[in-house]
Amino acid sequence: MHEMGIILHLAKTLEETAEQEQIKKITRVTLEVGEVSGIITDYFTDCWNYFRRKHPVLESAELDLQTLPAVTFCGNCEKTYPTVQYGRTCPYCGSGETWLLKGNECIIKEIEVED
Amino acid sequence: MKIIELKETVTASNDRDAAVLRAELKEKGTLLVNLMASPGAGKTTLLERTIRDLKDEMNIAVMEADVDSDVDAVRIEKIGAKAVQAHTDGMCHMDAGMTRRALEGLGDEQFDLVVLENVGNLICPAEFDTGAGRCVMLLSVPEGDDKPLKYPLMFKVSDVLIITKTDVAPYFDFDFDACVARAKKLNPDITIFKVSAKTGDGFEEWESWLKSAVKNWKN
Repeated sequence: MHEMGIILHLAKTLEETAEQEQIKKITRVTLEVGEVSGIITDYFTDCWNYFRRKHPVLESAELDLQTLPAVTFCGNCEKTYPTVQYGRTCPYCGSGETWLLKGNECIIKEIEVED
Repeated sequence: MKIIELKETVTASNDRDAAVLRAELKEKGTLLVNLMASPGAGKTTLLERTIRDLKDEMNIAVMEADVDSDVDAVRIEKIGAKAVQAHTDGMCHMDAGMTRRALEGLGDEQFDLVVLENVGNLICPAEFDTGAGRCVMLLSVPEGDDKPLKYPLMFKVSDVLIITKTDVAPYFDFDFDACVARAKKLNPDITIFKVSAKTGDGFEEWESWLKSAVKNWKN
């Protein structure tokens, strides 16, 4: 139930922002989701559509999910490569001593609000 | 229509709640330790032995977080420490709000150390700040030395890594040096202990770290 937990926090963060900025209605929420963040986007959207109805300020907000590519760094040859394509083994030198540089984030990029 | 740029992580509200809780606990002189590991890594067994050894020196409470049941809380209470069971209702982790509610469940008693035994999982608990002063993770020998490669975030956010079940090491191909090197590469400041709750090996070092952490938190 990873998605539900994230949605709960997302809703709370947005409600706090709405209160601070005196926003009555949010119409769109753009999220940047890392390719390997572990978020299943269909499920995430389902959770959002269920949950937004409980919050007046969010109920008409569409979710726009933008994928951020995942990049892995090889500790052996110090090159970077696309994570989803090659996984944990470096395509240049075959080393398994590799680390994810980015691609597991989930960031609220921007929101669209009614004037 | 107006666009507002936020560039904020989705869990920003949780991060703020966690910071407030941490400051309150600092004020009270209570060290909250977030104990994280896979299911079956030996979290409750480590706690049982640690509590038995330290309960005369400090007032300890445990918050057991599980999806269901209270078997762990019952085990801890048998040792003589106060325990509360928090159910996460299907959620795979504890967040700062849930931690605050669990702490309220402990009542008004003053504790030197409260351990949050998080849901068994190496992924989600690492992503949610609970407000703990220190994060401690366990990795048991049967799980394998490659876990830092698979779950890097958990190793990055932890102050301490305890490698448990060292007594069964002869039956597994666990490479301690490789595991330590991988963990240190992700987190150069991580403190590493090797323990066996069965034999008591390594407990002196771990408990001495814990005692100074509790003492330092009060200053």
